[in-house]
Amino acid sequence: MIDYFPVLLLMVIVAFMAAALLAITTFIGPKRTNPDKELPFETGNLPTPGNARAQFSVHYYLVAILFVVFDVEVAFLYPWAVQFKQLGLFGLIEMLVFLFILFIGWLFIIRRGVLEWK
Amino acid sequence: MTWLDLLIAVACVAGVLGFISVVALVAIWTERKISAHIHDRLGPMETGGFHGWAQTIADMVKLLQKEDIIPDAADKPLFKLAPYIVLSATIASFVVLPFGAHLIGTDLNIGIYYLVAISSLEVAGILMAGWASNNKWALFGGMRSASQMISFEIPIGLSLLIPIMIVGSLSMQDLVGAQAGGFWNWGVFSHLPFAMIAFIVYFWASLAEVNRTPFDLPEGESELVAGFHVEYSGMRFAMFFLAEFANMFLVAGVAVALFLGGWHAPFSFLEISAESNVILHNLVGFFWFASKGMVLLFIQQWLRWTLPRLRVDQLMHVCWKIFLPFSFVNVLIVSLWIVLTQS
Repeated sequence: MIDYFPVLLLMVIVAFMAAALLAITTFIGPKRTNPDKELPFETGNLPTPGNARAQFSVHYYLVAILFVVFDVEVAFLYPWAVQFKQLGLFGLIEMLVFLFILFIGWLFIIRRGVLEWK
Repeated sequence: MTWLDLLIAVACVAGVLGFISVVALVAIWTERKISAHIHDRLGPMETGGFHGWAQTIADMVKLLQKEDIIPDAADKPLFKLAPYIVLSATIASFVVLPFGAHLIGTDLNIGIYYLVAISSLEVAGILMAGWASNNKWALFGGMRSASQMISFEIPIGLSLLIPIMIVGSLSMQDLVGAQAGGFWNWGVFSHLPFAMIAFIVYFWASLAEVNRTPFDLPEGESELVAGFHVEYSGMRFAMFFLAEFANMFLVAGVAVALFLGGWHAPFSFLEISAESNVILHNLVGFFWFASKGMVLLFIQQWLRWTLPRLRVDQLMHVCWKIFLPFSFVNVLIVSLWIVLTQS
């Protein structure tokens, strides 16, 4: 566990540093506010729909789902990559079966046009 | 844990933080100078005397004095939290970068895995910033940024697998140690040309990961003004800015450590052996690591001022239909090569 101590220390120090910088800037920075300044940055008018969080293209959500599938697969490949010299040909064939199933999935999403942006 | 361990940890962390601040300040200045000279301009010339070297420091002091504006419509807790997440995810990744034989924050046995995992937390911060700002440009930028960063993480993960398979370890020092003894032993040149392909895929995908041109749609100044950080000002903006430039060096540093020999010199006679002088050995190693990283940083900046921006569909096409199958086949061929040649 001692290996991870610098990681913890760094995160604590970064959080402290960022908080200190923000404290300084609120201390020496000006505080002159008015309703126009608090508007979202657009054209000087109120934003058109009122709230920016409107409906969004479904492609972004599809990409997010695909990411979960493929990134989990890459995460599985890492321990295999460290050990595969010891596992030899058998480990390689096992991994090929796994990758082949994913390859079919990849072909499916390409054929269905998930990544075609119209 | 003894006091000595604690002291060493504090020294490592201080070194990492110091390096990040210096490299970010230098990178912002070189970006301005390089962009200027590519545009046939001079860039900052006044501040600090010699070619405006103090421009970034002056800008930081200026940002420190600015008002901290949080728009009324924003989601205040998320808006305040986002820069912390982006900054700490970036800086915490630096802790496993091997700057020299002993100059490393901590040599975790899962080093590169840790780095990939922690640096991808940044997406959460960027999406948070885009959502919390309650501004159309910020939300578009945040969504584009998130979809682009998560997509390109897959080719990155697959191309980093090649050196890991060749070396058989996830520890950064093991990965660097396997590339000792001259540039022909570097990761790029092993199992030609497959490690080279992995390096090229990694480098292009890392440009998308740090939102650089030609993959800078999340920030596209001419369409989204600045993307996810359009509502941020003052010190909070400075934190995003610092994280962006630190991230550029981070992806360059990973490429150097895994593919370009890490802290090893291109020829072994340019190194000083650890037996004769440990301190000098580390300093020379640090010199080589930092210079290789700076060369890659220069290439990133050069590309930014040379190439135009892609469209979203072209971006997804590049990632899912070109990089992904290429790096898959790459992994298969290299694993077959290693398994068949060892038996």
